[in-house]
Amino acid sequence: MSTSTTNPGLSPVRQSKLTRGQRPKWLIPVVGLVAVVAGAALAALIGFSVALWALFAAVIFLIAGPVAVGLIEGSRAGADSLMTFLVYAAFLLAVIPLISVIWTVLANGVPGLTSNMLLTSMNGITGFQDNKADAPGDVMGGAYHAIVGTVSITFWATLMSVPVGLLTAIYLVEYSQGGWLGKAITFFVDVMTGIPSIVAGLFAAALFGMIFGPSTRTGFVAAVALTVLMIPTVVKNTEEMLRIVPNELREASYALGVRKWRTIIKVVIPTAISGIASGVTLAIARVIGETAPLLVTAGFATAINWNTFSGWMTTLPTFIFYQIMNPTSPTNPDASLQRAWAAALILIIIVMLLNLVARLVAKAFAPKTAGR
Amino acid sequence: MKVSHVGRSAAVLAIGALALTACGSDNATGNGGGGDKKESSGVSGTLTGIGASSQQAAMTAWQNGFQSSNSGATIQYSPDGSGAGRKAFLAGGANFAGSDAYLSEKELPEAKKQCGDAGAMDLPVYVSPISVAFNLPGVESLNLDAPTIAKIFKGEIKKWNAEEIKKQNPDAKLPDTAVTVVHRSDDSGTTENFTEYLSKAAPKDWTDEPDQAWPSKYAAENNKGTSGVVSTTSGTEGAVTYADSSAVGDLGTAAIKVGENYVKHSPEAAAKAVEVSKQVEGRGEHDMAIDIARDTQEADAYPLVLISYHVVCSQYDSKETADLVKAFETYVVSEDGQKAAADSSGSAPLSQSLRDKAKAAVDSISAKG
Amino acid sequence: MSTTVSTRKPGTESSAAGRAGDSIFSGLSLAAGILIFAVLAAVALFLLLQAAPTFGAAPADVTGGKGFFTYIWPLIVGTLIASVIALLIATPIGILVALYISHYAPAKISNPVGYVIDLLAAIPSVIYGAWGATVLAPALVPLFTWLSEHAGFIPFFSGPASQTGKTMFTAGVVLAIMILPIITSMSREIFTQTPKLHEEAALALGATRWEMIRMSVLPFARPGIISSIMLALGRALGETMAVALVLSSGPMIASLLKSGNQTIAAEIALNFPEAYGLRLSELIAAGLVLFLITLVVNMIARAIIARYKEFSGAN
Repeated sequence: MSTSTTNPGLSPVRQSKLTRGQRPKWLIPVVGLVAVVAGAALAALIGFSVALWALFAAVIFLIAGPVAVGLIEGSRAGADSLMTFLVYAAFLLAVIPLISVIWTVLANGVPGLTSNMLLTSMNGITGFQDNKADAPGDVMGGAYHAIVGTVSITFWATLMSVPVGLLTAIYLVEYSQGGWLGKAITFFVDVMTGIPSIVAGLFAAALFGMIFGPSTRTGFVAAVALTVLMIPTVVKNTEEMLRIVPNELREASYALGVRKWRTIIKVVIPTAISGIASGVTLAIARVIGETAPLLVTAGFATAINWNTFSGWMTTLPTFIFYQIMNPTSPTNPDASLQRAWAAALILIIIVMLLNLVARLVAKAFAPKTAGR
Repeated sequence: MKVSHVGRSAAVLAIGALALTACGSDNATGNGGGGDKKESSGVSGTLTGIGASSQQAAMTAWQNGFQSSNSGATIQYSPDGSGAGRKAFLAGGANFAGSDAYLSEKELPEAKKQCGDAGAMDLPVYVSPISVAFNLPGVESLNLDAPTIAKIFKGEIKKWNAEEIKKQNPDAKLPDTAVTVVHRSDDSGTTENFTEYLSKAAPKDWTDEPDQAWPSKYAAENNKGTSGVVSTTSGTEGAVTYADSSAVGDLGTAAIKVGENYVKHSPEAAAKAVEVSKQVEGRGEHDMAIDIARDTQEADAYPLVLISYHVVCSQYDSKETADLVKAFETYVVSEDGQKAAADSSGSAPLSQSLRDKAKAAVDSISAKG
Repeated sequence: MSTTVSTRKPGTESSAAGRAGDSIFSGLSLAAGILIFAVLAAVALFLLLQAAPTFGAAPADVTGGKGFFTYIWPLIVGTLIASVIALLIATPIGILVALYISHYAPAKISNPVGYVIDLLAAIPSVIYGAWGATVLAPALVPLFTWLSEHAGFIPFFSGPASQTGKTMFTAGVVLAIMILPIITSMSREIFTQTPKLHEEAALALGATRWEMIRMSVLPFARPGIISSIMLALGRALGETMAVALVLSSGPMIASLLKSGNQTIAAEIALNFPEAYGLRLSELIAAGLVLFLITLVVNMIARAIIARYKEFSGAN
């Protein structure tokens, strides 16, 4: 907690008026120690458990720490240290469930992550094979077809939604000038964020059903459903990022005689690119894990299908869903569970790669900034 | 962050991903494939089925068995649910539907629009006993009659050592644990079959109409899907649920009272119950909709069963589709097909007489002339 | 904030081509906006058409037997309860975590942490559901029992507490964890974009770090924070699988510690596969209602953002 002991911008070097009333360096560790001990005592009074202990210790520290600082350095410093502690506490609090989720996925997924899992489909796998598999390594069949499905469906959805979303955001921020159309689009984009994912799936299924005959299911139908879900996220995020580009930059560019569209492409977008890239990744991340709309649009396949425009496809989330809900062998669901967790791990790894690519893209295009 | 470092690791990962993408294989079982396939019946094409998730595990077995001997044919099946399957079938979106319930009187005329005047027919293909499963350490089996089961699931029996249960199980060590009822949160054919059993076998105690949804006035703990209720029951001591027998695992199960005896669930007992049931009257010649005799007194019959059907047209537009449906359904109702399903999903194979009847029905499928 | 701008010298570009570029570009972006209009109109039309039979149906035919309103009302309440719990937990924590990443943590930690948080948005809801049902729910049971014993006089905490932990409270916590990355990731981006000059000016005037954040960072980021909360709320309202797996649903009750209540999205997902005829249009009508709820919520949010408009960069 060394960062919290000095205020940035003030340097406590000389023993002078400025440094009078500074808390001693040992204050925070001591308060922490007292909080831990008192927390243990209080927890013991009620019925000891580690969770309770941590809770009491944290509460005592959050109250006592700022009060002590406030008494020595004044109320402003007290408020500052309270917020500092709160920020750290919030971070720790947020990290606990997140670690738990990741740990659950890792602990359950790693044993199933075999070459079978990565390189073969579920073609030909029945409960008969699952019943024979005793050790985790014996489980046959994998998620290759689902990886293919996820990658191709997400690719098409991104290809459709990112240009539309980006251009809409540009229209909203740069062109609409607060006109009624801009307001209406903003409003409807907000509404679109509230479309339940299953409704988007039903919509895409009905649309293609009308054009190509009932129950038309291909990877592309799913991609359209995901596009409907993805567009609002892309627009909202990009819009927000474009809005915070300082007007001074635009005006400087205009003053040099640069046309508006070139200003947007060369100045506005590069300034915001890191945020836009992060937003697009977030949007992809949002739809890549969608289950419900895929169930009604993409069908259910056990073999590899590379063609997004014909034939049924399976994606990783639907693969996980069906492996959990309808195990390949009902009498021996362990094999299916193992595949489901491993598939979840694969999905996370894919998103991790995407994220990395997005960051590299952002780095390559972003201007060199002096600030943070 | 050093860009070059990140860039290098990204490149490595990307190449790895590409390599993965390039060499995936559909040969998951590792026994060659292709080479030993026989072109027996000469059918080819793709058959699309949508329907109940209950027969999903059996369907995988049928797909494999059929496709390995008919290399030109592909069977695809999406376990969306019975309702979705029948709807897609009636709209012409699927060649056949998998359904936990036969076509209703209302749906039969609709089927004529899609299949021509001969309409559609229901083939029973998958029979599975439903177990009343409970989590009581040390108790593996309990004898229960239908009224007691009804009272347990209505929440009227609150403790496992209640008088009603004790009377039927003088030897069991019944703990003083609270009864926690766990039921399905989604609409399902299992719930419909279970409530139908209760309303027929214990009409005085279970007065609700059989329905796919659990009656909301008896709402208790619930979970989604068979695997959901089983895992909740396994995790809660004193919990009791109803689920496909194949999925109950280590949980204790009830032997239900039929006539004067208590019958444990078994594929044979389930098949027996279907055997003694009557077909629904007044439907098409080959329609095999079955009205399960829930209140049968037959010894060794286990009437708490679920029958899942394949709904197919009596006539198809093209000869190719008709031949493919015929070939596939012939395999499904054959002894081999039923055995493959039983091995894979723990279902109860159809009896000889039902198989013969179903075979005759399948043979009647034709193409529009 | 200095930005290197590489443009050709003014005048080298023929003004005709430049003008054409301008009109093409603005035309394209306008077309994109209109396309969104069209998509949304199509979705709304689809919902209305499919839901129509429900509103014409006799009350006795609708699930529950007392008309559509009686059927949908508890679901609306359940949806709102779950979302409110999720937002109450996720908003403060999400913003504080974003602050941690942007202003408190050393750069060495903040980059990986931001990266991990982005990843969490990608974990499929099925996994969150499975985790919530198998790990979180049992872990919360002791807390529920304690709350119902000591705070049972408050209707929200009235007992007896559920022994499986699969309650509305748990569902809300799972939703909170799911939407946390959305709030954090978007707020973080905006916090880091705060003009450096504003921050340094505040510090130079002797402000403490918190005062600097309160006076320069938060006002600048406020519309963005609200936007991120709205996005998160959209996800919480429409989340299906996680709620379907975690919540042990039932009729509407006030207590958050007992099994009961249900959300619209989960109701649709759970019952859709076996639905046909009127039941199907009921479920789609429920989807329409969810759509309307989002509409109202967003109108409120827009009104709030409009009040802080003067802080926007592109005014």
